[in-house]
Amino acid sequence: MPETLYSISAIAVVALVTWGLRAAPFLLFGNRPLPKTMRYLGKALPPAIMTVLVIYCLRNTSFDHSPFGIPELASCTLVALLQIVKKNMYLSIIAGTVCYMILIRVL
Amino acid sequence: MRELRFAIKNTIPIFFTYLFIGIAFGVLTIDAGYSVLFSVASAFFIFAGSMQLVMIPMMTSGASLLTLALMTFFINARHIFYGISFVERFRKMGWRGVYMVLTLTDETYSVLCSVQYEPGLDEDRATFYIALLNHLYWIFGCLVGACAGRLLPFDMTGIDFSATAFFLVVVINQWRQYRSKLPFLTAATCALGYYLLLGKDYFLIPTLLTCLFALLALRRPIEAKEGRVDA
Repeated sequence: MPETLYSISAIAVVALVTWGLRAAPFLLFGNRPLPKTMRYLGKALPPAIMTVLVIYCLRNTSFDHSPFGIPELASCTLVALLQIVKKNMYLSIIAGTVCYMILIRVL
Repeated sequence: MRELRFAIKNTIPIFFTYLFIGIAFGVLTIDAGYSVLFSVASAFFIFAGSMQLVMIPMMTSGASLLTLALMTFFINARHIFYGISFVERFRKMGWRGVYMVLTLTDETYSVLCSVQYEPGLDEDRATFYIALLNHLYWIFGCLVGACAGRLLPFDMTGIDFSATAFFLVVVINQWRQYRSKLPFLTAATCALGYYLLLGKDYFLIPTLLTCLFALLALRRPIEAKEGRVDA
């Protein structure tokens, strides 16, 4: 297959599958009223999904060799403490990210 | 333009995340021999960071379209879960709703989960701007990376931690809002359990599926604290 055609088809295939997945709940329920169970899940799922996403983001942390996950754990602790005490999203994110960027360079 | 200002304010953390990951993707595409147009087109149409980063090495090794489709399904299957909370919201938004559905990334989802709308704000418009801005940040990042990624004078390694930090902030805010802590505890238990059992590459989908069923099973205690959904 010529290179350009392959590139275009690759983008098309990946985009269409991604769109299909994103649209799945909407295609499934169409314009019908949403079942009660789904409305319950719509409320109960977000905190569960976000908790999973945090752990998913940290999945590449290596605990068995130096620096033993210290940058990740220390920076997450800093983010959590700042967010609990100061409740300022920007401060928590910036301080946590700067802390992480420093730690991965010095440890 | 209050809605636009509100959307910018709420997507600033995503700007930095997308700029950096977009640059990483742009550099990768150019190094692999693809064009700037390819980088921007992927950003515009696909708009899914981890899958875009995975597809480049797959393409250079000549993966078939079917393989690419299957890989996309497994990496992005988590997106099925995101729409569940927004079916009724987006349905009312017309063509903007369609755009919202197709651009519902991890980051847009988490902004929408945590955003506190100010009184008097056109919420649908603000929601649309949040998705649109995130999409533009991503396209911009991929463009910068493809055009000038190698020329950047400073090393930005680690700035992608801002995504993790942002998700963590969202969880902490949700922890304050939700009276029932069961969804958090269920998710943490499942994620850590499957991570130890299946390893870092395979734990995500089993975790999300188990959470779904566990939350259905825990409906009574959760609704006892959160209140029932009205018919």
